[in-house]
Amino acid sequence: MKSPTVELKLPILPNMELIATQTADIIANHMHLSEEQSGEISMALIEACINAFEHSKTENSIYIHFIVEENSMIIKVIDQGIGFDKSKVEIPKIENKIGNDERKRGWGLQLIQALMDSVEFESTNAGTTITMIKNK
Amino acid sequence: MSDFKTLVKELNEVVIIETEGYLNNEGGQKVYDICIEKMNLGSRKFLINLTGTKVVNSIGVSILIEVIEKLQEVEGKLGYYNMAPIVEKTFHIMGLSKYSSLYKTEESALAEF
Repeated sequence: MKSPTVELKLPILPNMELIATQTADIIANHMHLSEEQSGEISMALIEACINAFEHSKTENSIYIHFIVEENSMIIKVIDQGIGFDKSKVEIPKIENKIGNDERKRGWGLQLIQALMDSVEFESTNAGTTITMIKNK
Repeated sequence: MSDFKTLVKELNEVVIIETEGYLNNEGGQKVYDICIEKMNLGSRKFLINLTGTKVVNSIGVSILIEVIEKLQEVEGKLGYYNMAPIVEKTFHIMGLSKYSSLYKTEESALAEF
């Protein structure tokens, strides 16, 4: 049987990521995930949406698929932007950001990886899909 | 949906900024502007009461890193209290806990400030 799936299409407008977190909260509640797990999913989702909004360099919408498995929630955040090379993304360290001109931003991927149980990136010049899994 | 509000009070030379709403780039900028304005008037100790902020993003939190940087220049300090668990976890992951202080309550924060 196909796993139940919720699909969202979000326009690239300010704070649309909060619609995704509200959906994630409802699904997490349905799956009986803890409040801590639900918070981690929301935070990772916010960062994935912001990355898609800001870095995809596209005006197209982004798509989010929530797949409800027996023992996990799978979330795919899909954009149709120009893609990125993950190997070129530096791991941020606050020590390097304080007291110099280095930009303070750039924490999204680190947060996503720290908060989710599994994260995979597929990126081409036609778009990026981030697949994040939170286990029960 | 994401109106960010602040309430500012001062107690024993400590500026306390109570926030309500999503700490995104606009929210972070509001907090930054308040801190800079108060720093220009001589304030050096800042506490942020995050009781009304259950959701943050890394851009908003990054602006707090700029506040920390500005405070370091004048030997000031920044702390936070009443944090939702995921907000506290985010601050730890981003390393803010190395350069500013996290407290459970206003009382415990003021006791150390």
